[in-house]
Amino acid sequence: MEALNGIKDLSYALDTFYFLMAGVLVMWMAAGFAMLEAGLVRAKNTAEILTKNISLFAIACIMYMLMGYNIMYGEGINSVIPGLSFFLGADNDPAEVLKQGMDTWYDGSYYSGMSDFFFQVVFVATAMSIVSGAVAERMKLWSFLIFCVVMTGVIYPVQGFWKWGGGFLDANGFLDFAGSGVVHMCGAAAALAGVLLLGARKGKYRADGSINPIPGANMPLATLGTFILWMGWFGFNGGSELILSNVGEANAVALVFVNTNMAAAGGVVAALITARLMFGKADLTMALNGALAGLVAITAEPLSPTPGLATIIGAIGGILVVLSIVTLDKLKIDDPVGAISVHGVAGIWGLLAVTLSNGDATLGAQLLGIVSIFVWTFVASLIVWGIIKAVMGIRVTEEEEYAGVDLAECGLEAYPEFTGAQGSGK
Amino acid sequence: MKLVMAIIKPFRLDDVREALSDVGVQGITVTEVKGFGRQKGHTELYRGAEYVVDFLPKVKVEAVVVDELVDQTMEAIITAANSGKIGDGKVFVTNVEQAVRIRTGESGNEAL
Repeated sequence: MEALNGIKDLSYALDTFYFLMAGVLVMWMAAGFAMLEAGLVRAKNTAEILTKNISLFAIACIMYMLMGYNIMYGEGINSVIPGLSFFLGADNDPAEVLKQGMDTWYDGSYYSGMSDFFFQVVFVATAMSIVSGAVAERMKLWSFLIFCVVMTGVIYPVQGFWKWGGGFLDANGFLDFAGSGVVHMCGAAAALAGVLLLGARKGKYRADGSINPIPGANMPLATLGTFILWMGWFGFNGGSELILSNVGEANAVALVFVNTNMAAAGGVVAALITARLMFGKADLTMALNGALAGLVAITAEPLSPTPGLATIIGAIGGILVVLSIVTLDKLKIDDPVGAISVHGVAGIWGLLAVTLSNGDATLGAQLLGIVSIFVWTFVASLIVWGIIKAVMGIRVTEEEEYAGVDLAECGLEAYPEFTGAQGSGK
Repeated sequence: MKLVMAIIKPFRLDDVREALSDVGVQGITVTEVKGFGRQKGHTELYRGAEYVVDFLPKVKVEAVVVDELVDQTMEAIITAANSGKIGDGKVFVTNVEQAVRIRTGESGNEAL
């Protein structure tokens, strides 16, 4: 009995440790988003986008602890309307955990409840990070942060409850392993609602309606950010397997890592070739978006495809993202970092692609999930953005936009060049 | 004395410098400049959309030479800077009234 308890202890500790470390990797994706967005905006808007990124992460953590986690994973009133409670409950009682028999061990409390919260909280921050890039360079900082409160406290948790909290999407057989829909398409839908109310950046479109590109300031940072996101994704998808401590689960985790990596690789190559064929040049920003599109596409099902199929799923994501970015630009939906294309379009593709490899998936259930998540997030976001716009405005003045939101909102510059010799500005 | 001033493509600078040495030009001044001529600017591409860069980087080469050397100097530059493509630049010649070597006080052709 003692030896068995020792094995249970070790198994519980190992899975908790794995879950926490996967959470740390996903937390680091916040750095990836920050660098990617800082690289793809102009220098005069760098400090403000960084302020947004670190603030949204903090707000997401607080709101999710306060109510978001409970809405998403608490007892629902029914399968559509989640319950409401506040603050986190107590962790698993060690004696209760050890009482569980080995035959039901992997159905039950195989890791710490707090590690589950930690892993989930970094996901909501990821969804919110998607929004910040799309509305970059022209949105008011505090309007964005107020939206962040509602998004991370209510909008994201409600649709999360529908799937991962055991709500109606889960009951109807909708499959979304690590969140192509729940996290990525949700973030993209909120971003799209914001961008539609916000309008394009000044100067993005000429008087005759043609596109005037606004190149990002720092390609090395954008590339670094993409590599960081790629690395963090191993936690995002790998951690979503939830457990590691037996042979079958360990193999599954390894396959998820391999497929995640292959999809990103497929996305890069496909996006680079698509850009070369369409524009005649190997556009780096498209290759970066291609990596992320591949990753988003495989997130809905990184376990059942073979590595070869995972590469193809990622590659199709990479092709779609280039076509989508060009199309959105023409539709005057100005998304400086391509977030709506990367997370929305590739997310939808990923959810549909589950049917290619997972026999339990049905096209109907996947479509139900896509429509439910998109409509809820888009409409709820549109209402919240609309209220904020009416009350305090969501866009900086034209003059502030010209000078850069760094000065207008933060009062500082990311790269101050004209400080005095003492560095004090005298 | 004449001032020979040429606007050339930056990647031709080494060839021009060597050609000028070969015809006996003793010194040149080089400046990095930007501008446009009939070539206009050029287009760059970002995320599938083109935009025009109006001013292209060029190099301005200036040499003051004795009158007898003007034709050879111009010929050397024109040959060395010619890539056969649009945007190779131009050569201008103007009169120079006086020249003084600061260290010795020599003036006129002696100063070149």
